[in-house]
Amino acid sequence: MDKKRRDFLKIAGATTLAGLGGSVVVERLVTGEAPATARAAHEVDPAVGHGHARAEAGHEPVPHGGGHGHEIRKTGKRLGMVIDLRQFQKHPELIEKVVHACHAEHNVPSFPNKKDEVKWIWPTEYAKAFTEHSDYYRNSVILENEVLVLCNHCDEPPCVKACPTRATFKNKDGIVAMDYHRCIGCRFCMAACPYGSRSFNWRDPRAGLDMNHINRRFPTRMRGVVEKCNFCAERVGLGKQPKCVEACGTSKAMVFGDLNDPDSEIRKVLKDNFTLQRKPSAGTHPSVFYIV
Amino acid sequence: MYDGGKIIPGLIIFVLLVTFPIWYNKGNAGPVPQPELPKQYDKCVLPAEDMLAEHMQLLNQWRDTVLRTGDRSFDVTIGEKKYQKSLMNTCMQCHTSKKKFCDTCHAYASVTPYCWDCHLAPVE
Repeated sequence: MDKKRRDFLKIAGATTLAGLGGSVVVERLVTGEAPATARAAHEVDPAVGHGHARAEAGHEPVPHGGGHGHEIRKTGKRLGMVIDLRQFQKHPELIEKVVHACHAEHNVPSFPNKKDEVKWIWPTEYAKAFTEHSDYYRNSVILENEVLVLCNHCDEPPCVKACPTRATFKNKDGIVAMDYHRCIGCRFCMAACPYGSRSFNWRDPRAGLDMNHINRRFPTRMRGVVEKCNFCAERVGLGKQPKCVEACGTSKAMVFGDLNDPDSEIRKVLKDNFTLQRKPSAGTHPSVFYIV
Repeated sequence: MYDGGKIIPGLIIFVLLVTFPIWYNKGNAGPVPQPELPKQYDKCVLPAEDMLAEHMQLLNQWRDTVLRTGDRSFDVTIGEKKYQKSLMNTCMQCHTSKKKFCDTCHAYASVTPYCWDCHLAPVE
């Protein structure tokens, strides 16, 4: 190689390194934060999962806005629920009452074919709800009773990460909400959900409803979108309790509240009782707890 | 022109066919749609011309504010009453007939908004 070509290569290599390294250094100096989280500042949608994915790119986690790195969001409201299975064991008719209240309030259709089923909250057996807990020689109370399951409104929802259109998103109160205007029915969220909380509308839901006896203050959905429990966002936004909690009446079988508020009733219940969560190893940090 | 005797008349017929919508109605655009306004109420969210021009954008803004931001407050003032930002629970409370109000203009303009796939139209 002649001298001039060698010099050219040396200079080109040096400037490339300086350019790559220098831009990172300059960004850090200018914004005072790691570049990944600085980019997250421009996100309009406060989805927590979004900030996490960016921060994991190897930059040091900086407390910023809605969340980062490995810490669960501690600012703002985080709505959660405790389901006391002992109450449902004592009053088994409550299960049907709760399911009916929710489905009637939200115009959830019912179809004769189980494959077309749409459900927001439903009873299932213990082994199916708590798959990571042993079912070996289970006691008879557990074996004979069912567990109410619903969308867990996870703190790190995999469905939100999977949605290609951001039709499902985590709103500022911690509810994993659905925007049916944007849902394209791809069902990625159904694949991503570790709990099977979501239902697809295989048929026109109005065919499975008695149109003379529906809640006219709440829309139906259309064929081809995915739906799930929404923690009664339309009621909670007005300061009411979710319909399922209201259906339990005074039995305190379901307790709903702000998990980030240390003085709330739900935090007291969690402190006083041993609770289980569904599939903790999935790392989704669900907001629904069960007293078994 | 080779075969001009066939081409020229063919072209003229083609142009007539293609411009059929323009000359068939002799410049008459059909009867202007007359949406039936509610009798008891005389005010809407915005003045009538603004609503005519912008109700689509307004509904989209309401949708985003309510769903994405979670703002379900009663901050739409019509007259003295306050309403939520809602198609079903605000607009259709006064405009109680989708057929006589919404569909008159939408049918004329050949527009089919998909709102009604999910949102419940008032019982008629």
